[in-house]
Amino acid sequence: MEIRKKYFADERNDDLKEIGQSRQRSDALGHVKGITPFYADRAIPGLLHIRMVRSPHHHARILGIDASRAERHPGVRRVITARDVPHNVYTVLSLINIGPEDEPVLAFDKVRWQGEPIVCIVADSERAAYEAAQLVQIAYEELPAVFDVEEALKPGAPLVNEYHGQNYYRYDSGESRKVILGDVEKGFAEADFILEQRYQASPIEQAPTETTGCVVVPDQNNRFTCYTGTQAVFFTLDNSSVILQVPGQQLHFVGGTAGGGFGGKVDCTTEPIAILASMLTGRPVSYIYNRYEEMQISSPRAAERIYLKDGVMKDGRIVARQVRCYVDSGAYSRHTPYGTQKAAAHFPGPYTIPNVRIDCYCVYTNRTPSSAMRGFGVTIGDFALEVQMDKLARLIGMDPLEFRFVNAYRDGDMKAHHQPTEGAALIECMQEAAEWADWPVDPRCMAMSSREPRRQP
Amino acid sequence: MTRKRGRGVAAVNYPTGMNLGGDPTQALVHSTPTGNFMVTVSSVDLGQGMKQILRQICAETLGVPSERVVVDTADSDTGPHCMGTFASRGTHRAGNAVIAAAREARGVMLEVAAEMLEVSTDDLETDGAGNIHVVGAPAKAVSVTDTALAAHFQKGRSISGRGMFLVPRSYPSPVDGAMKPATCYAHACTVAEVEVDVETGEVDVISLKNVYEIGRALNPRMVEQQLVGGAWMGISHAIYETTEPYYPQRDHRGVDFNEYLMPGPGNLPRTEVVVLERPAPDGPYGGKGPGEMCANAPIPAIANAIFDAVGVRIDTMPFTPEKILRALRGLEA
Repeated sequence: MEIRKKYFADERNDDLKEIGQSRQRSDALGHVKGITPFYADRAIPGLLHIRMVRSPHHHARILGIDASRAERHPGVRRVITARDVPHNVYTVLSLINIGPEDEPVLAFDKVRWQGEPIVCIVADSERAAYEAAQLVQIAYEELPAVFDVEEALKPGAPLVNEYHGQNYYRYDSGESRKVILGDVEKGFAEADFILEQRYQASPIEQAPTETTGCVVVPDQNNRFTCYTGTQAVFFTLDNSSVILQVPGQQLHFVGGTAGGGFGGKVDCTTEPIAILASMLTGRPVSYIYNRYEEMQISSPRAAERIYLKDGVMKDGRIVARQVRCYVDSGAYSRHTPYGTQKAAAHFPGPYTIPNVRIDCYCVYTNRTPSSAMRGFGVTIGDFALEVQMDKLARLIGMDPLEFRFVNAYRDGDMKAHHQPTEGAALIECMQEAAEWADWPVDPRCMAMSSREPRRQP
Repeated sequence: MTRKRGRGVAAVNYPTGMNLGGDPTQALVHSTPTGNFMVTVSSVDLGQGMKQILRQICAETLGVPSERVVVDTADSDTGPHCMGTFASRGTHRAGNAVIAAAREARGVMLEVAAEMLEVSTDDLETDGAGNIHVVGAPAKAVSVTDTALAAHFQKGRSISGRGMFLVPRSYPSPVDGAMKPATCYAHACTVAEVEVDVETGEVDVISLKNVYEIGRALNPRMVEQQLVGGAWMGISHAIYETTEPYYPQRDHRGVDFNEYLMPGPGNLPRTEVVVLERPAPDGPYGGKGPGEMCANAPIPAIANAIFDAVGVRIDTMPFTPEKILRALRGLEA
């Protein structure tokens, strides 16, 4: 790696003693030698283990649950169902007043995705918990399921989540989070060319080495210590407090060293139920996802479908960009209403376009709930935007890199979400790339600066 | 076997923080009589090295070597509040909180040293090696350890500081979406070179040249580790990974690392990184949050390189051999 100091040197103090120095990480040796303790690295006497009974159906009504054989199975200490959970229906973002509460900790009337937890087995050993989980009998009435974001929005589509009443998240701006700048129709009318394209991405797993989970130990004074791999200690503590209807003062969370997260450990799916199991049994309890659960039960990156429509001039200027983005939230909200907003804020990319219309939809389907992942609300949008940029450049017969220079945002340019651009450096990144990768561009591009105002055409 | 080469480019930016939810983080800093300084936060180190970065930020602000700083993360009984480590906010938010706490602690440290040396605090500076001395007179000095001992046992002072960094919540306008969604933006441009086998549809990424603008490389080797790892994650997203390869159908789902495809060492190309630094005025020593961004630009750069190589557009991620072969057959038809 090289740091090219010639750019923005006048904005920097390079004379610091610790900052800018390649010190060895304080935790490097521990990680490499395998002696760093993670949440599961604790030998706790009398530890109980959790195994979930999960829905085999994508969408079904629950007609009855018979856990009597599981309760009698040797080694089983407790069987937990929805009625044992003090505040069963929750949503993680209620902490920042984004509702409605739309997800049960344990399903009771319906299951909305294959793998949804219904019955929680707490047993002396993992084996006993696995065996008992096989003995729970649940009667279902299967319901029609919907898996495609646009199918889900059609009239007559099966209703996925009754707490929303429709298959999309209702923002204060309506069925989508909207961003509007200028007049996109006027821009299209002026454009020399128009290109409309469809992009799609499938769900992606965060795939941390350490799977999601926690270990809970009953402490003194009716407190409970939760050792967890969460990425957000207080956020998870506060959500556990809501679900368990106990004051946060009774909860002690210990974490801080996670074996990879990538956004996959902010959902609070294991801590509340493990604390509840510890409260009900008076014993330490561990709830750790196996690799199957990490892959198919924990929230993935949302699938997205994106339609981009651009109006472009022969000289390379993009004069209008319209975005319709459908984010597949799966059966529940989790963090996806937030990620969808973040997507709306991110479009139309790091380019200055006078006429923009963005509609981002958070859509419910009968799929594993999606949630945060590295690049939340941005990664898939960047894929669509940057492939579109390549197509537009070729459409007007311009070099793809030069085409980006023409449209790149600069300090002071108004963004689609009505904020002036500050601290831009896209032009300089592209100049360095052009030089380094031997990708020749017009000398006018190499003379541009993010700090010089754009000349109005 | 026919392999065709092509290259593609992509340029992106990335927001730091979660302004749309309100974004507070606190930090505490205190000295012990050993001369060490403790940073207490409830932020989480995910493996990216946040503890080390907070250590260096604290050391720079206090004016002591980073070996004298110990970072204690994420115990809700001892650490002050943090929203969590996500949204590229860890270094930026927790870093700013640590700076504020370390500044306050440094103020007390210099007051105690000034009393010991019988000078004004304005006349003192730190040498970054564990000593406090009079400006222009390095011999008139006291060590940080002696200062910490004196503060506790003789002067009755606590060398400590409280740090808070809060970005108030921004509410998007329901009419036109006007909002302040992030604090500062990192930037990237990637040039990818690929080889596509037109008989099997397989893509090999031959090289990735990544230029990242990240505000400030607070620890260059750690920056490199994160940027290279992120670029590999981008390659993985582009041509291997998905839990549902036939989305929206739900079959063929990977359930373990045998079925869920990711690149192995033999599939990873020469990955080169160049860093530019345009400091963010509100960032800790100018730092932005590039951790998430670095996976993004390689994906479209690879898609564009595939088009350059064989003339097909794959507009659905990931770009599997099956999709490429089907597109190539479509081209022939």
